[in-house]
Amino acid sequence: MKIDRRDFLKSLSAIGVSGIIGSSEKVFASEDLSGYPDRLGMLTDLILCNGCRLCEKACKEAHNLPPHKKPLEDESVFEKIRRPDDKFLTVVNRYTNTDNEEEPVYRKVQCNHCDEPSCVSACLVGALKKTPEGAVIYNEDVCIGCRYCMIACPFYIPAYEFDDPLSPAIKKCDFCYDVRIKKGGIPACAEICPVEAITFGKRSQLIEFATERIRKNPEKYIDHIYGEHEVGGTSWMYISGVPFEQLGFDMNLGIKPSPELTRGFLSAVPLVMIIGPALLAGIRAFTKNREQNSEKSEQKES
Amino acid sequence: MNEVNNKGAKSFLIEKLFMGMSLREYVKTLITPFNIAAGILILIAIPLVLIRYIKGIGSLGDASNDTPWSSLIGFNVLSVEALAAGGYTICSAVYIFRMKRYYPFVRAAILSAFIGYFTVVVALLIDLGRPWRLPYPMFYSFGVTSVMFLVGWLVSLYLLTQFLEFSPAILEWLNMKRLRNWVEKFAIGLTIMGITLAVLHQSALGGLFLIAPGKLHPLWYSPFLPVFFFISSIASGISMVILMSILSIRFFKDKIDYNFKEHLGELTISLGKAASVVLFTYFGLKIIGIAHGHNWNLLNTPYGYWFLVEIFVFVLLPCFLFLFGVRKKSVSLIRFTSIITIIGIIINRINVTIITFNWNLDERNYPGWKELLISVTIIVTAVLAFRWIVNRMPVLKEHPDYKRID
Repeated sequence: MKIDRRDFLKSLSAIGVSGIIGSSEKVFASEDLSGYPDRLGMLTDLILCNGCRLCEKACKEAHNLPPHKKPLEDESVFEKIRRPDDKFLTVVNRYTNTDNEEEPVYRKVQCNHCDEPSCVSACLVGALKKTPEGAVIYNEDVCIGCRYCMIACPFYIPAYEFDDPLSPAIKKCDFCYDVRIKKGGIPACAEICPVEAITFGKRSQLIEFATERIRKNPEKYIDHIYGEHEVGGTSWMYISGVPFEQLGFDMNLGIKPSPELTRGFLSAVPLVMIIGPALLAGIRAFTKNREQNSEKSEQKES
Repeated sequence: MNEVNNKGAKSFLIEKLFMGMSLREYVKTLITPFNIAAGILILIAIPLVLIRYIKGIGSLGDASNDTPWSSLIGFNVLSVEALAAGGYTICSAVYIFRMKRYYPFVRAAILSAFIGYFTVVVALLIDLGRPWRLPYPMFYSFGVTSVMFLVGWLVSLYLLTQFLEFSPAILEWLNMKRLRNWVEKFAIGLTIMGITLAVLHQSALGGLFLIAPGKLHPLWYSPFLPVFFFISSIASGISMVILMSILSIRFFKDKIDYNFKEHLGELTISLGKAASVVLFTYFGLKIIGIAHGHNWNLLNTPYGYWFLVEIFVFVLLPCFLFLFGVRKKSVSLIRFTSIITIIGIIINRINVTIITFNWNLDERNYPGWKELLISVTIIVTAVLAFRWIVNRMPVLKEHPDYKRID
């Protein structure tokens, strides 16, 4: 039997937490995660990306982050594989193309905006949320800074402002939700990309578009859309000309949404809460009985 | 308040706090090598903590985007909660299974659990990004799909339960007879509540990592993590009781009035027997964990060797040493083995939170001296608090005016 979150809630209410949780239904956004039909997405075509890093710059400007210290043309940043952090919500990495060493492959990395995000299910105060538009957004006002989302994210994305004493926050790509999406705009990186390596649109249409592109150029593209099914599907997807393994993509994530991993355990908890005390009290009564019996038999013997 | 009353209140206070000594006498008794060492540690740790509040968690230099949780979580939260399992282990033995011989140690075990959990809160207040929001998941904003939410609630409720379970000792100390007798009426209910909460949250601590299968090394990741954490916490709890009982006899000689000492050997041996069985179960589960994940091939890697050290040297070896100690009736061997077991549990919790977490990443930080020093200082302060309370309240002795329930 599969116990879904709604059942879990019901059982929770049975133990008297209902008053608290009933009033906060909106933090329960993950309940209909798989459903938003018109959710948006992004498709990065790694064949087109030329590593100009204008997306990094546009992202920094859109989010009021400190600008690059070195000019964008400086290629020394590519010597190391970087991960997004609190100053760079997106980074572009360079990988050697084993087929053609002359032409390296560039890969843009940022939050993939999972359809059923680990981070959303992991947040103990509901600071992270998947919006109907598809963005996974973060509410700084309730975050306590436990950094469990950083533990949970399968893509190692959330970064923390470890050097901020008073208002440290999680930093990650927010799909430009507040500054652009809400106003009907498109995310900064997609807008600025000079080679149109990033396509913005409805996720369902992007999948059709990507499939079509792969079908028309089977000799150029690997027949896989990364993110279509990984961890239950992500809003940000990739197509590539070289195997994804070579570009640091984790191909072992499976297609099961991460929240499923904890669902079973969470559903067992209310059961233990109720059965546990009953069982313990039962054992106690039993041992008492046994004790009295042995006392009686001792008295008889004496 | 008139002067007479004032004086009366003052002497009551001095009597209670200085244990009947004058201030000067009391201060003299405080100058011991242990206290001086503890004082030095605290004096170094306080500025470090202050700098953390001024410059951010990054000033401790250990937690980072590659190592989100460092020793304040790996050691002071996960390990300490496992070590505090002595409370629920002994409560189950005494009140549920009626092994009354352990009765003299119940209050000390509850106190150690309470103080242990209290230090967890202290560690969180240092490690959380915005510690002043610690009550948010309880009262303000709820993420009910999170195992962390569960851990937060369970630990808070357990802390409260442990405090109430221990409160009769405080009330006896303060001569508040009526309140004490009233609280004592709820003792069994509280105990049962406490055991349930402890079982759940020990497993929930393992459950925290269920969501990160690719990030925790496969030899440590398992869908059985909650069970691993629960079973190993029992072994840890029993070992802590073995260790604390002998330390109590050594350091609180005049605070014990049960005829505890004569029976201690016998008690230690039966605790050793239990620990051996639990460790054997735990070892079996760990093996099933590898089989379930088809991870045999990983044993022949550096992480694999470290895993083998953990389960052979710190699980199976103490399991057999306990058994051997029971057979030979060697109390000292059992005590020694309990230390190995405790080290093993700490290693396991640190393996899961720090050492094998994010094993795929090239660069990771390991706890540096600042954070480790704070970690150790918190524990040393906990020992001081434990001693302060045992010296004053009826923990290892029975208050002559009060009879406890069983």
